[in-house]
Amino acid sequence: MLVFLLRRIGLIIPTFIGVTLLSFMLIHLVPGDPIEVRAGEHGIAPERLAELRHQFGLDQPLWKQFVDYEVQLLHGDLGTSVSTHETVWNEFTTLFPATLELGLCAISFAVIVGLPLGVIAATRRGSGFDYGLMGLSVTGASMPIFWWGLMVILVFSVALGWTPVSGRISDLYYIEPWSGFMLIDCWFADDAGACTSAVSHLILPTIVLGTIPLATIARMTRSAMLEVLNEDYIRTARAKGLSVRRVVIVHALRNALIPVVTVIGLSVSALLGGAILTETIFSWPGVGHWLVESIQRRDYPVLQGGTLLVATLVILVNLGVDLTYGFLNPRIRR
Amino acid sequence: MIRRTAATSALALAALMGLAAMPAQAKTLVYCSEGSPENFNPMINTTGTTFDALRPIYNRLVEFKPGTTEVVGGLADRWEVSPDGKIFTFHLRHGVKWQSNKDFKPTRDFNADDVIFSFERQWKDSNPYHKVSGGGYDYFNDMSMPALLDSIDRVDDYTVRFVLKQPQTPFLANMAMDFASIQSKEYADALLKAGKPEQIDQVPIGTGPFELLQYQKDATIRYRAFAGYWGPKPKIDTLVFSITTDAAVRLAKLRANECQIAPFPNPADLPAIRADKNLTLLSQPGLNIGYLAFNNLKPPFTDVRVRRAINMAIDKAAILKAVYQGAGQPAKNLIPPSMWSYDDKIEDYKFDPAAAKKLLAEAGFPNAFETDLWAMPVQRPYNPDARRIAELMQADLAAVGIKAKIVSYEWGEYRKRVQNGEHQMALLGWTGDNGDPDNFFVPLAGCAAARIGGGSASKWCNQDFEALIQKAATIPGQADRAKLYEQAQVIMHDQAPFYLIAHSVVYLPMRANVVGYKMSPLGGHLFDQVDLK
Repeated sequence: MLVFLLRRIGLIIPTFIGVTLLSFMLIHLVPGDPIEVRAGEHGIAPERLAELRHQFGLDQPLWKQFVDYEVQLLHGDLGTSVSTHETVWNEFTTLFPATLELGLCAISFAVIVGLPLGVIAATRRGSGFDYGLMGLSVTGASMPIFWWGLMVILVFSVALGWTPVSGRISDLYYIEPWSGFMLIDCWFADDAGACTSAVSHLILPTIVLGTIPLATIARMTRSAMLEVLNEDYIRTARAKGLSVRRVVIVHALRNALIPVVTVIGLSVSALLGGAILTETIFSWPGVGHWLVESIQRRDYPVLQGGTLLVATLVILVNLGVDLTYGFLNPRIRR
Repeated sequence: MIRRTAATSALALAALMGLAAMPAQAKTLVYCSEGSPENFNPMINTTGTTFDALRPIYNRLVEFKPGTTEVVGGLADRWEVSPDGKIFTFHLRHGVKWQSNKDFKPTRDFNADDVIFSFERQWKDSNPYHKVSGGGYDYFNDMSMPALLDSIDRVDDYTVRFVLKQPQTPFLANMAMDFASIQSKEYADALLKAGKPEQIDQVPIGTGPFELLQYQKDATIRYRAFAGYWGPKPKIDTLVFSITTDAAVRLAKLRANECQIAPFPNPADLPAIRADKNLTLLSQPGLNIGYLAFNNLKPPFTDVRVRRAINMAIDKAAILKAVYQGAGQPAKNLIPPSMWSYDDKIEDYKFDPAAAKKLLAEAGFPNAFETDLWAMPVQRPYNPDARRIAELMQADLAAVGIKAKIVSYEWGEYRKRVQNGEHQMALLGWTGDNGDPDNFFVPLAGCAAARIGGGSASKWCNQDFEALIQKAATIPGQADRAKLYEQAQVIMHDQAPFYLIAHSVVYLPMRANVVGYKMSPLGGHLFDQVDLK
């Protein structure tokens, strides 16, 4: 297990270098730089442009800028935002809890709903429920998030008035951020009204962000279960006289879970992608929203640092998934 | 853990059933702002979004009277201008209190030191704050302050004298702009001593009607009415900016009464907003101009007949209908109708393709000629869709035998190339900064801006016109200045260096119970005299 772990961790280093190089290159391929983007119709005098470029090191050759950036990273410095003048690390740590909170809710929603639906569809293969569910899951997986988000807002918030439109908590509450997780902060503020507001603000974005993973998990669980249910050992278990429930949950589901765990792992990177749109629609103050803004501002340090931090997260989750595999299926450890 | 999960589920259920309780609160106005401020410094930023977030906190020596571009007293309650127009003496208001925060309690009232600090920070390398927070004072430079200022002198605690190198009447209006906001020198000194000078731009202290209570990036800005404010007390106790970047979501929040004012609606939503009896829709022509600039240095646009012919060849009404969708006012002058000295007697060129064709033939172009037509890649306040406008213009020009090729570059590159005069015809525009006509005529049509690399897209330099606008900038008295600007507009109309398209109309939807809101022609949003019925 230790060799397996070390091998996996060893692979992280080249991945990091690749991520920094790629994000650096892509951002510099986009036309415009942070200084020019700031100038409006007033334009900017060439001598002033040169002075500001020099100040931000943008007048250096690209390779030198990259090397300087890597050296800076090795010193643990992710840089400072060109527009807000806050450090990238400070901004990330302020905003990340919001993304994590939403992401955890979305993935939990997807697993809690998707897994049982997949199992039921598999055990009732060919039934109306099975066909209906699979039809819905194709719809769910192919729904554009932006459209879906606006639809649920129009129906549940504007027309029915059941849920708030956007944000993390009603603007009437004033909760001092402590952990950055609204559900925890309101809990410690001991304000039931604030917590209710925070939960009600989570409902729609959770559903919207969780829809695609839910559909994928339900489909994957169904097909994995179908495969396992045809195995000889399932027939043997049934022949032993075990209840259907025990066979399905204990014998079939655990084995069917391996591909499902992969899907959940992969969903994390999809979730971060989806979070960019979901956070924009629901004015959710997370890292997705932050990265989009930084593209518009050509805020190189934020884009590079933010991408690196998000990539780190995806890498860590994938490592976690690999390790879980090893736990679920000892053959993989070899 | 289980206990919490169960409790959370119960709360979720309660929320779903619409049982969410609202706390009893002081009078709160929620404004759905369109983005986060870059930081809390009015000197280093240039976006309206950031200025809106700062205006509740800071004051200037003079202010724009709400709803107008008229300059009235602010932190200075009166001022004098010397007969030669070069010396502006400001007499400061007494007893103006500074706000405080948990790390700083002011020991003195506002005085001349704060004024001198706020300008020297932007002006002088030697000021310890000059390089703090990046130190790019764009507006201070854009308004040519370094070239204009000779000295800023402290006469006494409550008198400050600005000496200019040459007379410039619009200087007073510049003093009402956001970059001229006044920061506390005492706070700056305390932060410098504590080794965290950049905090002056993150945790602001001002003299304005509201003080900052909390800022959560991309989520909310929370202000509280400042009890020590020198002006009329705000009507609301708490002001919240609920940051909502998407226009459709802003409207949804307004409908759900989660915010009471939501700026920048989608033009397509305007009919529905008008139809909603819970909402009010304010509108005002923006202080802006969208135009097509002819490069007057390049043939065939050196010939005034060609410029006039194009003015007759393009159907303005069609552009306004298709692109501005009711949110635009046809332009016949460079300055908008709401600005003083606007010459309403001028008659716009009529849309007449046959006459245009005839004029082109007279100019020596009986047959087709080719040109380029540049379209910005971005949406701007004065031009919602440059590409679409370019296509409409292209079709109209083809009808009179002009083959226009649409060209576009990335925004920064586009502006740079236009400044360098690489285009033949280019779409561009302008948004006014201080409500003075000088702020339109000089940067867009003055001879200094017409040089290669200068800001003018028309590269037009007419000596008669130039003499008028130069004189108008140096004499006092609005009526006398207005006469000169009116004459200048007649010359501009005759010489047609631009095809003037439109002044966009700015809409502001709000809940019907909001009272006392005055739209600013300068585009900013102010809340101190706003109330909720």
